[in-house]
Amino acid sequence: MSVAGHFTYWATILLMVAGLYIVIARGNLVKKLIGLSIFQTSVYLLYIAPGKLIGGTAPIISPDFKVYSNPLPHVLILTAIVVGVATLALGLALVVRIQEAYGSIEEDEILAADRAGGDEE
Amino acid sequence: MIEELIVIVLLALMAVLTLGIALQRNMYAVVVLSGAYSFLMATALVALDAVDVAMTEASVGAGISTVLLLGALYLCGGEEAKPLTRPWLPLVLALVISGALVYGTLGLPAFSDPMAPINTHVVPRYLHDALKETGVPNVVTAVLASYRGYDTLGETTVVFTAGAGVIALLRRIRRRKDGEQKS
Amino acid sequence: MRGFLVLRVVAKLLMPFMLVFALYVQFHGDFSPGGGFQAGVIIAATIIFYALIFGLPAARKLMPEPLVETMVALGVLIYAGVGVAGLLLGGNYLDYFVLAHSPVHGQERGIFWVEVGVAVTVSGVMTKIFYMFAGRKRSAEEE
Repeated sequence: MSVAGHFTYWATILLMVAGLYIVIARGNLVKKLIGLSIFQTSVYLLYIAPGKLIGGTAPIISPDFKVYSNPLPHVLILTAIVVGVATLALGLALVVRIQEAYGSIEEDEILAADRAGGDEE
Repeated sequence: MIEELIVIVLLALMAVLTLGIALQRNMYAVVVLSGAYSFLMATALVALDAVDVAMTEASVGAGISTVLLLGALYLCGGEEAKPLTRPWLPLVLALVISGALVYGTLGLPAFSDPMAPINTHVVPRYLHDALKETGVPNVVTAVLASYRGYDTLGETTVVFTAGAGVIALLRRIRRRKDGEQKS
Repeated sequence: MRGFLVLRVVAKLLMPFMLVFALYVQFHGDFSPGGGFQAGVIIAATIIFYALIFGLPAARKLMPEPLVETMVALGVLIYAGVGVAGLLLGGNYLDYFVLAHSPVHGQERGIFWVEVGVAVTVSGVMTKIFYMFAGRKRSAEEE
């Protein structure tokens, strides 16, 4: 185990935990979604970094190169990126509807409005 | 050595940007910072030889995501409220989780190890036979569209479902005066 | 931004190049980085660019809503259709080697049509989502 061998994992963990912190510690709904997308990008790094070979090249077969980086994580992460933007679009559509229903996108104001509405009934 | 140095510098810049996103309260600034974060991520992916993924991350993450976030901010309002209490519990939780994860990654293979399990099972067959079997030099396209075609069908369906979901959520139903509904 | 002459002229000059670049990324995706997703997003970015400079009604005239909604579903149908074509020609679902006289040719044809389907769906969905977000009025102005 060495620093040089594991630094990508530690950078991944730092970004992952930063995204998680933004999701749980901030009340603005749009900021929570941005934190979630930061979390997702750290997972991309987690998959792609172990596939890289120093001295290799991008996995496009050509007679000039002998060593290629691993193409399988690239395929999985391509799918993951597109699915991530799909969930971001749906999440933002929900936020827009919440704004129109409650008048605010701050989590504590929405919860207070729900409790006040629940007490009246 | 120089490749590792480039990756380290880019990751450090991304960590600084994440700190800025967490602390900044003007939402338009946060969206611009997240666009910059996506571009840095795309550059780090090019340094890691993932060129297809870098192009997708730059166009989708930095392009479409920024447009969608700005559209949502136009409809919702651009300032985040000041937090009522200091978030000590999430910070402690984040540190505990990162400690556990660091302990977990000590057993993982080191960076750029040709004998790691990710590089030895089915990937040598893809790299060896993709050009012969599919006639397509870009192995990522060959695997995406041919060897793993079912996954891509599922992904296209997910994109379609997201579009259908946004249409269903944001559709306007106009009521005519006599009570008829029209979308 | 309709009033700025420089923006209008430059936008009209740039749009054909953006579309050609999207087609290049789509069809050259077999030999260089690229493919259906990236090309679809670049096409959507071209339409969003037009909508930013000339306004949403002009963009809606350029790409009408029924066309965009059709594109959303058409791409998935093309992809599934390639699979059914494999079934009808004697192989399993999504088998490409039965689509042409030689297996390698069949693979190339199958990959081509599959990427076209992906690009059509992705560009349709991104454009439609932009239209829905940008075309919605703020709730205060609705009264």
